[in-house]
Amino acid sequence: MNRELKRVTIVILAMFATLFLSVTTIQFFSADALANDSRNARTIYASYSKQRGPILVQGQPIAQSVPSDDQYKYQRTYSNGPLYSAVTGYYTLDQGSSGIESALNDELAGTSGSQFLSQLNSIVTGQNPQGASVELTIDPKIQQAAYDALGSQQGAVIAVEPKTGRILAMVSKPDYDPNALAVHDTDQVINTYNTLNTDPNQPLINRTLGGNLDPPGSTFKIVTSSAALQNANLPADHQLPNLSGYQLPNSTNVVSNAGGGTCGPGDTVSIETAFVLSCNIPMAELGVEMGQKDLTDMANAYGYNSGFDSPIPVEASQFPPLKNDPAQLALSSFGQSNVRSSPMQIVEQSMAVANGGVIMQPNLVDTISAPDLTVLQQFQPKTLNTPITSVTASTLSSWMVEAVNSGAATNARIDGVSVAGKTGTAENGTGDPYTLWFTGFAPADNPQVAVAVVVQNGGGLGESGTGNDVAAPIAKKVLEAVLNK
Amino acid sequence: MTDPASPVTEASPLVQADPRPTRRIRVPEKLRNLEIFLLVFACVINASAVILVQLGALGHVDFGQLVLLGAGLSVLVIGMHIALRFVAPNADPFLLPIAALLNGIGIAEIYRIDIEQGVSGWDSTGERQVVWSAVAIIIALVVIIALRNHRVLQRYTYVFMVISGVLLLLPILPGIGREIYGARVWIGIGPFSFQPGEVAKIALAIFFAGYLVSRRDSLSMVGRKFLGMRFPRARDLGPILVIWAASMAVIIFQHDLGTALLYFGLFVVMLYVATARLSWVIIGFVLFLGGALIASQVLTYVNDRFANWLNPFDPVNYDAIGGSYQLVQGLFGLANGGLIGTGLGQGSPAITPLAQSDYIVASIGEELGMAGLFAILCLYLLFIARGLRISFSGTDDFGRLLGVGLTFVVALQCFIVIGGVTRVIPLTGLTTPFLAAGGSSLVANWIIVALLLRLSDTVRSQPRLVV
Repeated sequence: MNRELKRVTIVILAMFATLFLSVTTIQFFSADALANDSRNARTIYASYSKQRGPILVQGQPIAQSVPSDDQYKYQRTYSNGPLYSAVTGYYTLDQGSSGIESALNDELAGTSGSQFLSQLNSIVTGQNPQGASVELTIDPKIQQAAYDALGSQQGAVIAVEPKTGRILAMVSKPDYDPNALAVHDTDQVINTYNTLNTDPNQPLINRTLGGNLDPPGSTFKIVTSSAALQNANLPADHQLPNLSGYQLPNSTNVVSNAGGGTCGPGDTVSIETAFVLSCNIPMAELGVEMGQKDLTDMANAYGYNSGFDSPIPVEASQFPPLKNDPAQLALSSFGQSNVRSSPMQIVEQSMAVANGGVIMQPNLVDTISAPDLTVLQQFQPKTLNTPITSVTASTLSSWMVEAVNSGAATNARIDGVSVAGKTGTAENGTGDPYTLWFTGFAPADNPQVAVAVVVQNGGGLGESGTGNDVAAPIAKKVLEAVLNK
Repeated sequence: MTDPASPVTEASPLVQADPRPTRRIRVPEKLRNLEIFLLVFACVINASAVILVQLGALGHVDFGQLVLLGAGLSVLVIGMHIALRFVAPNADPFLLPIAALLNGIGIAEIYRIDIEQGVSGWDSTGERQVVWSAVAIIIALVVIIALRNHRVLQRYTYVFMVISGVLLLLPILPGIGREIYGARVWIGIGPFSFQPGEVAKIALAIFFAGYLVSRRDSLSMVGRKFLGMRFPRARDLGPILVIWAASMAVIIFQHDLGTALLYFGLFVVMLYVATARLSWVIIGFVLFLGGALIASQVLTYVNDRFANWLNPFDPVNYDAIGGSYQLVQGLFGLANGGLIGTGLGQGSPAITPLAQSDYIVASIGEELGMAGLFAILCLYLLFIARGLRISFSGTDDFGRLLGVGLTFVVALQCFIVIGGVTRVIPLTGLTTPFLAAGGSSLVANWIIVALLLRLSDTVRSQPRLVV
């Protein structure tokens, strides 16, 4: 019987060896993979048990974690939640995060590489580990002005310092209150999230950076004119046939100018006049004349078809390949057809003109500081794109000033300040409400701020609103807020 | 309770034959002194665990609970120790401390989960576990006091067969049978519920031991040689087929894979030890695997268990009702524990369903880490090693078979539960011996402790046999 007992003993030892092995596999070898599973609530608990760093605007927290009595130890709160929702984003228990909360999660949670040593230090010394604080470039007064100016419209406003790329205001509407998504009741979070996520107006989307891109309309004429002046080497007074109707090449469709008629008097019209009065027909003729390569190259030089991190990821605006279709080229030349832009892309166009042709990379973050106030990361301005020369920039700048003074963008006029601007009234298809745009900068001779405004859904006016009527006054208030500081 | 083979009568001539009377191999005093030393050590660990739970989860020490949870168990096991000094002075000194330590760590972790779930008083599983421990240890005491010689059990072989049959059938009976989490293995009387299958495993082990001792010749001698092994005659296949059918009935009617595997594994191993015929093991394996494979195709719940085991992270299985959510959450808990654990009272074990009973191992693994689970596994191994030792050194075949049966049932149950939690085998609902919340399991395992203590006392009372 002893031989059998020995064999049974070996079987039992083998069973336990298997258990030792399986425990080791789970708790050692695959522990990290399991911890990173998005369904692992314990990882979320762990991240909550550490005080997440605050998000600051001029030293004041707009998002911070305060001690709570439940198992999460800290409650994330947002002061002025809706005002800053496009910037902070949300941070939920189990529905993910967005905005700065998502883009700088590692820093806020204190798990980024640069914080490793200080985290280790606080564990050893028994202090509560804490995440880094993030100071934003946002100016609360400008943010508030942009938020108020946009009112109840569906759309977005972005204001950037053209010399540095510092983002001064970022507003997207409809907004939401991130506090409602920060509660510690997962069922409530899921309910709120689902309500927001299925809302047809899509409040969770940051419209300044992407989401549902709009045709840029006449604001794209900055790109078309840049291509003509620079890539095609055409003079500012290059003349184009001044028609009241333009039949698209190889097509039966006819393009007309906004409001009908010709682009001012005369048989021909210059690029400058077409730009200032924002006429579609001469721009279409111009695009066809210079060809698809010049326009496509300039669009790409302005940053179309490529995204970047602000550090919130910016969706690439679209200028799809034209495939030798002159009708598409003609429509694209005044920002229709398949061209799609985010307000970020449109403000970059103004930034290039305002800053001698150089687009500084728009950025939201000023400094990232450790809990002991040592600076982990300091914002440094850097060039994103240089689509045009300073000569071209100054030509376009004067055209944009003229557009505000006496052209198609007069509602952005500010007494005593020269404002440069360009409107856009983009069609979204037959019967659909327009998308209304304004972009510009001020003061034109020493630009402090560049701005882009988009109002979607026709600003409630269907197909009768214009960029000058609806978007330009909003931009004007934002520019004033900067200049009156 | 007098037995003709009482150790004293056998012992005297051998001892007297020795010219050096001082050369005594065993001194009962020493065994019991070692036991009380280990026992006190175990009780200190248990109380420390409760204190750590309180510091970790509450931030302060709650003396009332500490006395109830820590001291309660200590008094009981020390009482058992004192009884052993009188009724089984030569019993193995390791079994009681190991069982006490496992039971105490289980209580501490169950208490910890009560805190996380915010229950206290009689609602708390921890306090009920202490009461059940008391019941279990008192029953174990009764067993060891009443049963002065294990060979008495052999006389009642077929009584135990009937008892185990009745215990197995009870949950299926309408009226008292209850279905909890899809498994119909419970009986309920008033507010109390009991899993008779846990106790049935002991009755089965006694029945198997008695039956195999009397029938092993016919089961091992005759048969046909095939592929170098002697296979039994068709008519001798009867017993294994009956047990197989009973196990399959448990799978089909009680929806309890784990229990079926436990009973069948127990029988096959005891059959093998009794007959020394490997062919029984092969026949048993083929029968059970075949049955399980057919069940996995025919029975939805078995099929689900297999799917959950193979692809637990697949959202289809994860989100399904009765899907792999529990398994995955258990794995997350274990991963959260890592090498050294979160510390008692500092993890989140209650996220996992049934964290106090079926998933107590994952809960402990989360808070005590891989290091803690290794220690627990080593405690089980030590317990099993002591049991096998008793079986190795036994003098009568009934006792040896019973010893290996009781030991193997603990080992197999550990393997089925911990293996299920750690994805070695499909997950089945069984309790981890001594650790898990559950009265029936505690009672059954403490009876096993009592029987093993009695067996070891008998063995050690046979002089000149080095154990």
